[in-house]
This record gives sequence, C-alpha cells and structure tokens, in this order.
Amino acid sequence: MNLYSLTLHEIRDKMRNGEISSKEVLDSVYKRIEEVEDKIGAYLTLTKDYAYEVAESIDRRRLKGEELGDLAGIPVAVKDNISTKGIKTTCASKMLENYVPPFDAHVIEKLKDAGAIIIGKTNLDEFAMGHSTENSAFKITKNPWDLERVPGGSSGGSAAAVAADEAYFSLGSDTGGSIRQPAAMCGIVGFKPTYGAVSRYGLVAFASSFDQIGPFAKDVEDCAIILNYLYGHDERDSTSLPAEYEDFKAALNKDIKGMKIGLPKEYFAEGIDPEIKDLVLNGVKVLENLGAHVEEISLPHTKYAVPVYYIITSAEAFSNLARFDGVRYGYRTKEYKDLEELYVNSRSEGFGKEVKFRILLGTYSLTSENYDYYHKRALKVRRLIRQEFDEAFNKYDVLISPSYPIVATKFGEQSENVSIAYMSDICTVPINIAGIPAMSIPCGFSKGLPVGMQIMSKAMGEAAIIKVAHAFERNTDYNKKKPSL
Amino acid sequence: MNFETIIGLEVHAELKTKTKAFCSCINEFGGEVNTNCCPVCMGYPGALPVLNKKLVEYAVRAGLALNCEISLFSKTDRKNYFYPDLPKAFQISQYDIPLCKNGSLKIEVDGKEKVIGITRIHIEEDAGKMLHGTESEDYSLVDFNRSGVPLIEIVSEPDLRSPLEARLYLEKLKGILEYLEISDCKMQEGSLRCDANISVRPVGQKEFGVKTEIKNMNSLKALQRALEYEEERHKRILTEGGTIVQETRRWDEAKGITVSMRTKGQADDYRYFPEPDLVPIVLEKEWIESIRKDLPELPDEKRKRFVKEYGIPEYDASILTLTKELSNFFEACAKGHKNPKAVSNWVMGEVLRVMKEKDIELKELNIKPQSLGRLIDLVDEGVLSNTGAKQVFEEMYKTGEEPEVLVDRLGLRQISDEGAIIELVKKVLEENQKSVEDYKKGKTNALGYLVGQCMKASKGKANPQLINKILKDLLS
Repeated sequence: MNLYSLTLHEIRDKMRNGEISSKEVLDSVYKRIEEVEDKIGAYLTLTKDYAYEVAESIDRRRLKGEELGDLAGIPVAVKDNISTKGIKTTCASKMLENYVPPFDAHVIEKLKDAGAIIIGKTNLDEFAMGHSTENSAFKITKNPWDLERVPGGSSGGSAAAVAADEAYFSLGSDTGGSIRQPAAMCGIVGFKPTYGAVSRYGLVAFASSFDQIGPFAKDVEDCAIILNYLYGHDERDSTSLPAEYEDFKAALNKDIKGMKIGLPKEYFAEGIDPEIKDLVLNGVKVLENLGAHVEEISLPHTKYAVPVYYIITSAEAFSNLARFDGVRYGYRTKEYKDLEELYVNSRSEGFGKEVKFRILLGTYSLTSENYDYYHKRALKVRRLIRQEFDEAFNKYDVLISPSYPIVATKFGEQSENVSIAYMSDICTVPINIAGIPAMSIPCGFSKGLPVGMQIMSKAMGEAAIIKVAHAFERNTDYNKKKPSL
Repeated sequence: MNFETIIGLEVHAELKTKTKAFCSCINEFGGEVNTNCCPVCMGYPGALPVLNKKLVEYAVRAGLALNCEISLFSKTDRKNYFYPDLPKAFQISQYDIPLCKNGSLKIEVDGKEKVIGITRIHIEEDAGKMLHGTESEDYSLVDFNRSGVPLIEIVSEPDLRSPLEARLYLEKLKGILEYLEISDCKMQEGSLRCDANISVRPVGQKEFGVKTEIKNMNSLKALQRALEYEEERHKRILTEGGTIVQETRRWDEAKGITVSMRTKGQADDYRYFPEPDLVPIVLEKEWIESIRKDLPELPDEKRKRFVKEYGIPEYDASILTLTKELSNFFEACAKGHKNPKAVSNWVMGEVLRVMKEKDIELKELNIKPQSLGRLIDLVDEGVLSNTGAKQVFEEMYKTGEEPEVLVDRLGLRQISDEGAIIELVKKVLEENQKSVEDYKKGKTNALGYLVGQCMKASKGKANPQLINKILKDLLS
C-alpha cells in the first residue's frame, strides 16, 4: 500500500502513532505527482519549497510532543481562485497569469493554522465558469478514470488531484455545482456548504451570492473532518453566518433508521441518463434497507432554476469581473491609444470565450430597460425556489438526486453542444439558488465511469447529510475503487 | 418672454468617520499617496466590504436633522462604471431604497421662509483621485487614499427658483452638517461637493424645460455664479428660438463660463443591482430615537434662542448661526456681556470682514471671544472711540495681544475728562468765529465742522459724544 493512496484520517493516525513523519507523507505525494501529473494535469502551480518547510516544522512540533489537530501535516491542493499570499492565484485566466495576492483567503488562514500543507494550486475553468475545466487558459485536466474525458468543472483540477491520489484532500468552489459535478465525475466526495458557513474572504468572486468554498475528500469521514476546520464566522465576510458549528465527526457512524428522505421527481426526469437514474435509485434502496423512509416529492419550480441561475450569476459576474481592466494589476494590452482602448483591448485579449459570454449576458440583463424583466423577476423566482426547499425540509431530513445527469464527457463534446452543458446544471444549481448544503458521493459506475448521488439538506443541515452519506458509504464500497493510472 | 428658473441640487458630503466606509483604513484627508489603502478599498480580487456602522449612524443623523423618514429596511447597490479611480469598477451606493427620504430644509429668501424638499439621502463610497501628468509627460496616476471614504448624497427636490436660493440652500445645508459634526464640509478640499440641475421654462408652463447638470463649483459663490451664467445661457437660447441640449457641463471658474462635458446621448447606464456582498441595512426604531435624542442644537433652534436670549434682531441671529463656529464664537463673547447687540455688530462686521479679506477660518483668527468682549466694553466705557477700537481690533488679530494693552501702546485712549474737553472746545470756538456765527444763524452743518475741528485738535482722542454735548452747551 502506498502512503498516497490512504485517506486523510488513515494518514493522520499513522502520523499520530509516530509510524511516519509529515515529510515522508509529503515525499510520497510529490512522488505520486511526478508519476501521474503528466497524464492528469491537475496542477497549475506546485509549492514544493514552501510545503517542505511546513512539513519540517510540523514534524519538529510533533517531536516536541505537541498535540496536533486532524489536518496537521496533511497535504492539500487548493483551487487556483482561492487567494494564497505570495503564491500565484491565476483563476486559470490570462488576465491574472502573474497575479500574486498580498493576503491569504480566510480558508487558507484556517488551513495554515491547522497545520495543513498547501502543495499546489489546481486547474479550473477560467474564473470558475464552466463544466469541464476545458475553459482554463493554461491547460486541460484529464479525468483519472478515462484520460480521454474531462474531470468535470469548474473545480476539475481539485477533483482530479484527489481522485488520482495527488493530494489527500483539496479545496474547490461551488457556484452552481463546481464541486459536486467534478466530484461525481471523478468518483470522490465533494461538499458544497450552506451559503455563509465558510467565509468567502479571499475567494476570487464569480457570483457572490452563490459562491461557496468546499472540500473534495476521499471519503465521508475525511469530509466531516475538513468541514470542522473550514466552517466558522469571519467578520470580513458580511454574508458569513454568525453561527456556532457542531463537531461534524459526531454525525459519523449513526443509525439512520426513521430518517425521512425525499426524492424530487423533477431531478429524475427526462434528460437524466437512465443508468445514472438507476444507480441513484439503487443507492436510495440501500438507505431504505437501513430503515430510512423514502418518498417521491415534487419541486415544481425546479424548471426555472437554470434560467434564474444564469441570469443572476452572470449579472454578478459582469460586475465582479469588471475590476480586471488592465489598470492596476493583471493583463494589460500592448496596443492602446486611449483609456477606452486600454479597457477594451485588455479585456478582449485577457478573458476567454466563456467568461466573455457570461459578462455579456450580465451586461445585457442589467440594463435599465432589461432589469425588471430579467434580474428582478429572477430574484423573485429565487425566493420561490428557496421557499419550496424550506417547505420540503419541513417534512424531510434530506433530499436525494443524481449529482449530474450524465457521466464525464469527452474533450470538446460540451463545447459542441453548449445547451446540453447548461441544461445539465438542473440537479446542481437549485442548491446554490437556495443556499443549502449538498454532497456528492460515489454511488456506482456507468460504462466504467463514476456516478455521483447528491444528498441535500436544509441550511445548516450538514449533520443530516453526513449521517446519511456515512451510512451509505459503510454499506457500499464505491469509494474504495481507484482509477488505474 | 418671462422665464422661471428651476434648480435642484445634489450634494455629496464626505463623512468624518474614523475609518473608511467598508474597510478599516483610517479616514483622513491627504497623506502620502497610496499609503492609506488596503486590498478592500483597492478592489483586490477576493477582498470583501464590511459596512461601517458609524457611516449609517452619521447618515441617519443627517436624515433626522433634515426631517427625513428613516428607512428601517434599506440596502446597498452596485453602480457599475469603468474609470481608473474606481478600483472595483463599481461604486457601492444605494439605488431604489435610500437610507433617508422625504425630508426638508427651510431657507430664508427676502425675509420670507421657504421650504425646500429633500428627496433622499443615501450612503456611498468615494473614489480615488487621478493625478495627471503634464503634456510632455503624458501619463496619469491614481491615488487610492480617498477610495472608500464614506459619503452621503443629499438630493433636493427641484424647488429652488433662483441661483441665490440655491446658494442659500447649500449654505444652510453646509451649516447643518457642520453642526452635526459629521462632515468637514470644505468645498475647496472637496469634502463637500455640489452638482446642480437647472432648467428654465416660460412662466405659466407646467412642464419642466430641458435641464443641464453643472459640475465643478468649488465654493458657494461659484455655485451662484455658475447657475447665474447657466440661467442666462438657457434664457438666451430659448429667446433666440433655440433648444437646450440635455448635457453635463463643467463650470470654469477662471473664465466664468460653463463648458459642455458630455451629452446625455451617450447616456450612462450604471446597471444598478443589489450588492450581494453586503446584507440589507435593518435599523431598530429605538436606535434611531437614541440618535434623535443626541442631536445637537441646530441652526434654526439656535437662531430663535439667540433672538430670545440676547435680544438681537432676527437678521443678526440668522447670520451668526450660519456656521457652528461663528455661533459659538458669538455666544462665548455675548454670554454675560452688557451689550449683546454690540457684540453681534462686531462679529458680523469686523470679524467676518477680516475672515473674508484674509480668506481665513475663524479658528485662524487670533482673537479670543472674551478679548473681543472687553474691547467692546472699552468702547462702551468711553475709553476707546469706534475708530480707535477698529485699530485695536486690527492689531489684536495680528499680534494676539489684549485690547487693554493695545489701547495704550497705540495711544488711542480717549480723553473723556470733561474739564479738558471744555478747554479744548473753547479754544476751537475762539479760532473759528465765523463758523460759530454761521451756526447761530441756523446753518446746522457748521456744528459738524466744529466737531471735526475739535477732534483734530485732540488728535482724535477726544470722546466725540462729549465734544458734541459740550459744543452744544457752549453755543446755546
């Protein structure tokens, strides 16, 4: 057994026992990266020197007998839209190709305090906009299960890194499924927290009222451990919830007898790959056999979710990305005669196609003529979708659906049929619209490719998700399967 | 054709909170360029705003002082536009739900009170400052020290009917903001800025004429001048049968004209939408009431009190209460003084004259209110003539010395000894027999001549009232 293929909690125990040092763990992971990274392409930047410094200090502290937390000495990969002080944060965009943030994101501070070791920054769709990580300005990332296929997106690098054992866990960001969808496609656990549970300070904003940072993990226990470290109030993020959080490890190894599970029928409707539908329903059967009550329900406003999502997120993106103008930092065009040209040329040359598409969408829907018709109505429907979830969670502990309607696609497939890519967001975007938490957990394989099951709960209902997911994982072995590389 | 002028003002006031609107940078004017800024106010990727509670408190203070309704629920919005001094490429402002609305402000025009409506007061952040190179060094730099400084924008109804009214409104508004101690209100430094919308229409016409917006007025006087220029321009164009172009125009102070900046054809669409990085502003009634309770005495109240307490005319009181500083100076001087009206005359006369001439602030004037009080006492006691007192005053603000000392140093002590004056008058009468005869024949203006001769003989030191009295006595 190679060290790199162990889970976070397994490697933690070995370090605590004194069986291995943090440096040895790091050696193993970097060796793995050397072996497979050429094939996968998960990373944009490796931070080897920095990582070894941290590992050595962790080992010294451990030798001194200091009691260290769960994440001490654990190598972690970070999506390259999360600010890391002194380390390039490119958002996979030519616009920020050489941008080095002067401060750490809140989650990075937390990881550093916990002693986790940042080993590199991972690839993504430019500014987190996309479904396949193909929109990166720098490289493509391949799915460890099939190198001809995409890892999903936008957090494709973070998902592939964990699936290929190039990191014990990683951070991604999820605006409309960007953690859950690649987690599903790469056969690992991915978690999108309740909006406001994890500070967004330092996350380069795509759509502020949707974005959440969350983890990719090798199993549910790892996920629970990581959430304990990411959650918490941050005064620098006004949308951060002032809540106290329970120890999510307490939700592990629990009986789920009597728990109520709802299956929203709109999430199993036309457009969902029948094999995926069957695998998810088989998964639900496992839970039913463990004593959970399962009922089909209806969330009729689901059909508006995709347009609502694209209207609001594009508007926020239009505004959030306006600061990339070539004036203070980032890409600046070589050719310009005046200020107008400086703006137009820098942005035309610095942004990729998908980003421009979303900016234009937002630019259009926010004009004073269009605002009421598009944005205002979308905000109203957003409230309706939230209410619909609220009502559902009055009756059910969790809702379950497929994480994504299709398995990982081949390179180029999505750009050939853009509308399929957008409509495929149907299972993931309502969760961000409502701000509720959801996990994608492996629930089987279709044509040799991983399939994910999405477990959702009410805001702050993380414990229920972990309870159900852990029960499922204990009674299945999908998470134990590894891609052969 | 007779025209009616319609003016509305948009006033921006920088609030003097300790820290900036959305970050913890210190809020102060000036400083070395780009030293007072951080990732938040420089719009770095991933940095997020946090609303300064003091900003809301100050804005509510202004709202209450201007008789506004305070919104228990309001929100912030993004105003999106590109400019190098705007690092996020949007300004956090308030669009459809301002913090304060439906207020009013009273001004006095030709002795009559007029109520000017205040549409709204909203909070927003200031932008940085562009520093332009010269023609030979063709570049522009940006200083972000001002970026994120809190502002309130106070929008008036189009209730103003003349450039003078506009000036009176701004003067009053400035005074109130100063009384509230929420803004420095220095138009020169830009901590108070005013844009004006102006249109004219034939008297009797219901619809407004086409308006222009005027920017870059750096003083109260400039506001009035710019509007007078613009008013005439509108009237001239309309009289000649032309049409007004809706546009923004810049006041050129040196040339005394307004110049077109941009027409509304290239209309800005700021694509306002709710700021997703901030939560709605929800206020409690009790909090608002506690702010109301702590409001200081405002100009109107103070004016009434001055009239009542010091017995000075309404006109004096309104001038003395225009600024907090001046009113405090007056009161410190008039409190316990035997002759408040004389104090008022001195403050409105000499004090304001010197401030205006030297273009200085009251606190730069080197005179303690108590000293001015004693100077007035010296006049009342006959020690100083009015002319002599003015000379002493002149010296007081230059040297900071006390009036008693200066009276003697300048040799201005009046002769108020009756015996000495009788001798002097007698001598003058002897030397001017012709005038004495003229006076006795009924030429009353001969008396003035004789008074003048007596003053001359005393080298200006004799008490003129006494001379008058004694002259009349001796001539009768």
